[in-house]
Amino acid sequence: MKNFFKIFSFIILFSGLSFSTQAAEKVEYLKTDWSFKGLFGKFDRAALQRGYQVYTEVCSSCHSMKYLSYRNLAEKGGPEFSIEQAKAIAASFEVKDGPNSDGDMFTRPGRLSDKFVMPYDNVQAAQAANGGAYPPDMSVLVKARGGGVDYIYSLLQGYEDPPAGVTLDDGVYYNKYMYGNKIKMANQLSDGLLEYSDGTTASVEQMSKDVTTFLMWSAEPHLESRHRMGFKAIVYLIILTILVYFSMKRIWSRIETEV
Amino acid sequence: MSDHEYTPKSKFGKWFNDRLPLLTLANHLTDYPTPKNLNYWWTFGGILTFCLITQIVTGLVLAMHYIAHADMAFDSVEHIMRDVNYGWLIRYIHANGASMFFLAVYIHIFRSLFYGSYKAPREIIWIIGIIIYLLMMAAAFLGYVLPWGQMSFWGATVITNLFSAIPLVGEGIVTWLWGGYSVDNPTLTRFFTLHYLIPFLILGLVVLHIWALHVPGNNNPVGIDIKKPSKDTVPFHPYIVIKDGFALLMFMIVFAFFVFYTPNILGHADNYIEANPLVTPAHIVPEWYLLPFYAILRSVPDKLLGVVAMLSAILILAALPWLDTSKIRSAVFRPLYRQFYWILVADVLILGYVGAMPAEGLYLLVARVATAYYFLHFLVILPVLGWKEKTLPIPLSITEPILGGSPNLATAKNKESLNK
Repeated sequence: MKNFFKIFSFIILFSGLSFSTQAAEKVEYLKTDWSFKGLFGKFDRAALQRGYQVYTEVCSSCHSMKYLSYRNLAEKGGPEFSIEQAKAIAASFEVKDGPNSDGDMFTRPGRLSDKFVMPYDNVQAAQAANGGAYPPDMSVLVKARGGGVDYIYSLLQGYEDPPAGVTLDDGVYYNKYMYGNKIKMANQLSDGLLEYSDGTTASVEQMSKDVTTFLMWSAEPHLESRHRMGFKAIVYLIILTILVYFSMKRIWSRIETEV
Repeated sequence: MSDHEYTPKSKFGKWFNDRLPLLTLANHLTDYPTPKNLNYWWTFGGILTFCLITQIVTGLVLAMHYIAHADMAFDSVEHIMRDVNYGWLIRYIHANGASMFFLAVYIHIFRSLFYGSYKAPREIIWIIGIIIYLLMMAAAFLGYVLPWGQMSFWGATVITNLFSAIPLVGEGIVTWLWGGYSVDNPTLTRFFTLHYLIPFLILGLVVLHIWALHVPGNNNPVGIDIKKPSKDTVPFHPYIVIKDGFALLMFMIVFAFFVFYTPNILGHADNYIEANPLVTPAHIVPEWYLLPFYAILRSVPDKLLGVVAMLSAILILAALPWLDTSKIRSAVFRPLYRQFYWILVADVLILGYVGAMPAEGLYLLVARVATAYYFLHFLVILPVLGWKEKTLPIPLSITEPILGGSPNLATAKNKESLNK
C-alpha cells in the first residue's frame, strides 16, 4: 500500500515534468557571450559606445528611448562618454522648448539634462509613418520581451525569405524569431551599413551585438552596481551565517538536543 | 500569558510596569517556553515576520516616489529604477520580497498541515493565519497592478471581472469596484490606497496570531502536549532566537540572489510594456503564487461556479480543524496520512503548473482531475482517514525516546527520523 502511494505521486510528478518539456518546444535563439552576465558581469564600454552609434544612426529614426537622458551617456556604468562628448552629442540634436516669455515655442540645441529626442510627436504619427505599426519605445525593450537580449540579438539577424506557402502582405516581413514570424519592421542591418568610429568592422552580427548590449544597459542602467553590491551582500551574509551557526551550536550545546 | 509573574528589579521599572506592563511582556517573550525539538520548518514564522517588515519598509519608500495615476504610474516606476538613489534596489527587494513572502508562507502552511498544528487547541491561530493568507493574496494582487504594465492592467481586468459572475448585482459591483466602466485611473488610485492599507491590517493580525500562539504554546514535530516549562522546553531567548536568526540568514542569501542577480525572473516580461487597453496580451497569467487557484478557477466551465470553486479552495482550509477527525496531530505517527499529504503537495504543484499553461486540451483535463482531487482530499479523505487509520504509538514526552530509552522501539525509531 505504502509503495503504491509513493509510485502514484511519483507518476503524477513525472507527468507534470514531461508536460513542461513538451511545452518547451520554442525557438532556439542565437547565442553569444554577453559580458554583463554572471556574478561579476560588466558592460563592454566600447560595445556600448558602438551600440549607441547603431541606435542613433539606424534605430532612432523610428524608435524612441523616452527614459534616457543625454547625461546618462556620461554616467558611471554606462557607455561612459566623457562629459564633453556627451555635451556634444546632446548639442547635435534640436530640442523643442518653451513657451518663452513671448509665449512662443522655440528650438534650441540639446543639453545634458534633456531626454533623448523622440522621432515622432506622438503614437499616432509613429503609426501613420510605419504602416499602422507602432515602433515600440526601446528604453526597457529587453526586459519587455520573453527571450531578453538573446531574443533581440536573434531577431535582428533572423530575417529570411518566407518558406513556401507563407504569403506576406505589403510591408510585412518574415523573421524566424518573431512571434508568429511576421514582423512589420524591415531588415535594417547589412554588412558595412555604417562606419564605426573606433574602426571595428560593422558586420550584421557585430552591430546586433553592440546595439543589444546598449539596449541592455538602457533597460538596466544600474546593472554594474547591482552586481557589485550583490556580491558584497552575499559574501557578507555567508560570513555572518557561518558565525551565527557556530554561536548557535555553542548555545545549544548546553542542552542535549541537536540543532 | 496571564499567569506570568514578573517584578522588575529597578524602582523606576517597577513604577512603570505597574502602570503599563511592557516589561512583563518583554520578559514573557524572552522566557516563553518553546519545545526544544522544533525543526527548521518551524523557523518560517520568524522569517515571515521579517518578510512583512521588509515589505512595509520598502513599500513606504516606494510610495514616496510612486505616482498613482494612469498616465504617470509606469513612468514613475522607471524614475524609481533610474534616478532615485538605490531606487532599483528598493523596488527589486519589494517585488521579489512578495515572492519570497509567499514562498515562506507556503512552507509555513504545509508545515502546519504535516504536523497537524491546526488541531485543538490551536484552531484560532490557524483561522487567523488563513485570514492573513487571504489578505496577503489581496495585497499582492493590488500591488501587481500598481506599475501599470500590460499584465497589471489585464490581470486587474480579469480578476475584477470575476465579480460579474455574482447573479443580479454582479455587473453593478464590477462598475463600483472600477469606479467607472473599465479599469482606469479611479481603479488605480483605489488599488493604491488599499495596497497601502492591507499590510497594516496584516500586521495587526500577526500580533493576534502570535498572541493566540502564546496561549497554548508551539506545537512540535512529535505533536504531543508538553508541560511548560519542563525539560522538554527551552526559553525562547537565546535558543530559538539564534536558531530563527540562523535560518533567516540562510533565507536572506536566497532572497539576495534573486534581488541582485535575477531580479525579473519571477515577474512577467509583459509588465515592462506600458498598459494599453487596446492590446490584449497573448496569455494573461497571474504571479506564480496564485497559479494553483487560477487553475481551479479555469477548470470549471461555468464562470460563477469557477469563482465559487476558487474561493472554496481557500476557505475550506478554515474548516480544516474539523474536517481532520484524527486525534493524532503529527503525520510522523500517521503512516497513511503521510502518504496523502505528499500526494496533496504534488497535486498543488501540478495545479500551479497547469495554471501557467493555456486552458485547453490535456492541460484542462489535468487541471480538472487535480481540482477534483484537491477537494476530495479535504472533504473525503481527511474525515475518513481519522476514523480508519491505524496510527503508531506516540511517546509520552519529547525527552522520553532520547533519555531513558523508549520501551517501544518504533517510537524511538520515529524520534530518530525526526531529528534528522
